[in-house]
Amino acid sequence: MAECHPVGFQWAMAAKERGAKIFHVDPRFTRTSALASTYVPIRAGTDIAFLGGVINYILSNELDFREYVLAYTNAATIVSEDFRDTEDLDGLFSGYDPDTGVYDPVTWQYQGHEPQAAARDTVIERETASPLQHESHGPGVSWRVDRDETLRHPRCVYQILKRHFARYTPEVVEQACGIPREKFDEVCRAWTENSGRDRTTALVYSVGWTQHSVGAQYIRTGAIIQLLLGNIGRPGGGVLALRGHASIQGSTDIPTLFNLLPGYLPMPVAQLHPTYSDWVTSICHPKQKGFWHHAPAYCASLLKAYWGEAATPDNDFCYGYMPRLTGDHGIYKQVFDMIDGKIKGYFLMGQNPAVGSMNGRAQRLGMANLDWLVVRDLFEIESATWWKNSVEVETGEIVPTECRTEVFFIPAASHVEKEGTFTQTQRLLQWREKALDPPGDARSDLWFFYHLGRIVRQKLAGSTLPRDRAILDLAWDYPTHGPHDEPSADAVLREINGYDVKTGLTLRTFGQLRDDGSTVGGCWIYCGVYADGVNQAARRRPGGEQNYVAPEWGWAWPDNRRILYNRASADPQGRPWSERKAYVWWDGKKGCWDGYDQPDFEKTKPPSYRPGPDAEGVEAIAGDDPFIMLGDGKGWLYASSGLLDGPMPTHYEPPESLVRNPLYGQQANPVRKVYDRPENITHPSPPEPHVGVYPYVFTIARLTEHHTAGGMSRYVEHLAELQPEMFFEVSPELAAERGLTHLDWGHVVTARGVVEGRVLVTDRLTPLPVADRVVHQIWLPYHWGPNGWSRGDSANDLGGMVLDPNVLIQEGKCGTCDVRPGRRPQGRELVTYLNDYRRRAGILESHHTPIITTDTAAESYRQGRPDK
Amino acid sequence: MGVRTWFESWPVYRQLTGTDPLGRGAAAMSRRSAELAPRTEAADSMARSVCPYCAVGCGQRVYVKDGRVTQIEGDPDSPISRGRLCPKGAASKNLVTSRFRQTKVRYRRPYATEWEDLDLDTAMDMIADRVIAARAATWEDVDDEGRPLNRTLGFSGLGGATLDNEENYLIKKLFTALGAIQIENQARI
Ligand code: SF4
Repeated sequence: MAECHPVGFQWAMAAKERGAKIFHVDPRFTRTSALASTYVPIRAGTDIAFLGGVINYILSNELDFREYVLAYTNAATIVSEDFRDTEDLDGLFSGYDPDTGVYDPVTWQYQGHEPQAAARDTVIERETASPLQHESHGPGVSWRVDRDETLRHPRCVYQILKRHFARYTPEVVEQACGIPREKFDEVCRAWTENSGRDRTTALVYSVGWTQHSVGAQYIRTGAIIQLLLGNIGRPGGGVLALRGHASIQGSTDIPTLFNLLPGYLPMPVAQLHPTYSDWVTSICHPKQKGFWHHAPAYCASLLKAYWGEAATPDNDFCYGYMPRLTGDHGIYKQVFDMIDGKIKGYFLMGQNPAVGSMNGRAQRLGMANLDWLVVRDLFEIESATWWKNSVEVETGEIVPTECRTEVFFIPAASHVEKEGTFTQTQRLLQWREKALDPPGDARSDLWFFYHLGRIVRQKLAGSTLPRDRAILDLAWDYPTHGPHDEPSADAVLREINGYDVKTGLTLRTFGQLRDDGSTVGGCWIYCGVYADGVNQAARRRPGGEQNYVAPEWGWAWPDNRRILYNRASADPQGRPWSERKAYVWWDGKKGCWDGYDQPDFEKTKPPSYRPGPDAEGVEAIAGDDPFIMLGDGKGWLYASSGLLDGPMPTHYEPPESLVRNPLYGQQANPVRKVYDRPENITHPSPPEPHVGVYPYVFTIARLTEHHTAGGMSRYVEHLAELQPEMFFEVSPELAAERGLTHLDWGHVVTARGVVEGRVLVTDRLTPLPVADRVVHQIWLPYHWGPNGWSRGDSANDLGGMVLDPNVLIQEGKCGTCDVRPGRRPQGRELVTYLNDYRRRAGILESHHTPIITTDTAAESYRQGRPDK
Repeated sequence: MGVRTWFESWPVYRQLTGTDPLGRGAAAMSRRSAELAPRTEAADSMARSVCPYCAVGCGQRVYVKDGRVTQIEGDPDSPISRGRLCPKGAASKNLVTSRFRQTKVRYRRPYATEWEDLDLDTAMDMIADRVIAARAATWEDVDDEGRPLNRTLGFSGLGGATLDNEENYLIKKLFTALGAIQIENQARI
């Protein structure tokens, strides 16, 4: 956090000054570790084993915050008797189908429940990363459940969880993660002692956590601990994601992602959502609790925002215009399709995949096989110049005079040369004022896409082809101003907020959106950012002039709430759990919820409210159900739906590992997504032979002084001077083992690529005793490429693409490698060098590690699957 | 200048006799340094902005004089950052004024080994033609079973986490209306 979110870290430091303990868990000792109370080294890729150990400590000592757990989580809920755990099936849950490589989650359900119809189609769910839509809400679950308030029923969630994590003992943690017993005990004691009525503990992760084949389950493990200890929805608690780009949260909320529409509405899937009502029903989960029940209003208002007057209730708001997914259309699939010549054109908007994306060679080969490429950036980044100065030009794999890709570089406006909102990591929208016009041909992306759309529409005007209706009927008449006809960002933000079609007045909250076409709403979760006709994101009441929550600085979605699910900061009766941790509470005299923040609850629904037996949606949320977006109103210790790789987190080794899974026969995530391609070879991993060819582990991260793929830092003198050169870090022990000399050259090799840099020998990296061996880890920063002031090899050339099944994000933070002294080979010799390694590892052509590694895989599949 | 004034302007004299015995403040001032004012005071305008690097969202004040950014400082009003910026945020004036910044359209013809110049309007027109052609060549109306697809897999887009919400909104809207579903950003990476 001190490295990559330095100014955010001031708050951690402020807490430390007031007595808080800070634990930093990281494979490498960083500037955060230096300032933490305790540094805990860990083997990359073993976070579930570590956190699972914490869960085991909590449950076996009954240290959970029992009143919170009983009232606000699903601990008491009874699960189907057909459910079988990884305990029983050597690392698999019941329902695994080895033919399709996914689970049928029918046995994971609560007693008496059936999964949502769509959730049964887990192949499509994985291909379309559909669990990603749960960023704003939970998947479908009915709220009528069987409960055991004593938590003694052997099939209640609490007992299932306890059994599942029982084998995550301190010894296993030590063995799997390389974390010494005393350090682990210290973490467990501190975390539990600092949680409860009077105290809360925050869990902060950086989004490297998502870059694992079990990334979503990492975060689940953290969430389970925080729920057990009562740290969710309360001040000083939470699971806090530190995101890496100014508006990466915004670009997920208003997604430039293939599988989502604004506000986490799913893109329609051809097989599942042929009609409007199929699509809407799949979102609103009839018979459930919660605000997701109003999905028809969010859907209709979005389509109204897209197709304006053309969208009417009679034509299902032009749902017929919507393009449909049929499977995986994610970036990795696209890259392989580019290599195969299936994609003609590619737009890059402030992103530099030639350096920043995993498996850089595949990225560059893909771009070299397009018809055209448009690059929008401030600088001539590597993704604009790979045709003249990339490793592949060196090796002869890309020959400029034979490469047909036409490249347009269209300079972009900087953040001070345009106005608009970022959504920062805390879901906070902040409006930026424009300081001056962009220079020369530089333009904002608002300008670029607005005018591109305008020109395309002009060229297609008069077309009678059905396929052109969607673009010709599009509501695309934004006011423009200034010498370059810049479209109005303010007008776009109003559309995002939503307004009443008749009066044109902006809406105050998403509760005002309607399903009858009378409202426009471009992103329902952002409704309120333009409440009362005022740009709320532009509010800048100084922090010193308001309470510590600072509700009048910018605007947070939803409804300007700064802590989500903050109803949980009060007890079931609506009283703060303690004076010290008061945040929102029920004010019986006024008959409403009150507090320092916007209560995340219906303002006047009392704690005593109980729904009738037939209630649905918002009406079904009881007065003590804080998790208002989840189908049963409870925080989920056990996720009966919504995750494709199991209802509870399980430690799997990374797809490339040096050791056998110490917990189960199943080595790696059995539902992970693999691409079997010669450009994307995975190294052998136990139980396979030849693991020793790539005998070390590498992990990749950032430096304070550079930013991601370097597109905003290697071209900036001050930053380039602060970190002038590519380097990598090794421990003194590894340096001795491999003959590496401090500050001399060295290089790191994988089947995908080889990267050179200066060797930094440092005890910031510790060899970890794991199982029966020592694991050496190498750390590399990934900011470099051949352009800019400061140049060097790109560490992401080392990585491959094996994906988390829930969200299709790659295992980018650990892999195996070799390391050698000296510079890397150049030109054709480089190809020979890589091939030599591959030959020795037996992976010359193409290879991914085996999916199922339990001895009993086939057998357990039969046992776990109920008769149909 | 009288002798006395001359004498009193001597820094050592002021250091020994004045309120600044360490000679690090008033005593060390020359007439020139006394007349210096911060660039922020001489600015023609100031815009309230936000750091473009990481997702903490530190407040920035952007000072402009004579059509150029002359200073970018942390915004002390921000309850997030309280006026602080890290090395990257503090270098953002350097980012927006970098001499490496490319402000002209560049065009690489197929099989070319160098860039060429191209007029922005021409470039926009060419790109629009290519979008239309790629779409026409790869359009899919329905799948094998006759279910609607309404889409093209002929072109794709990558990026968004460094852009504004309004920009991402228009990109997604335009791509969707063109039937282009292949759009991704840093959040997947
Ligand atoms: S100043 Fe540093 S910490 Fe603050 S937003 Fe910018 S990059 Fe992040």
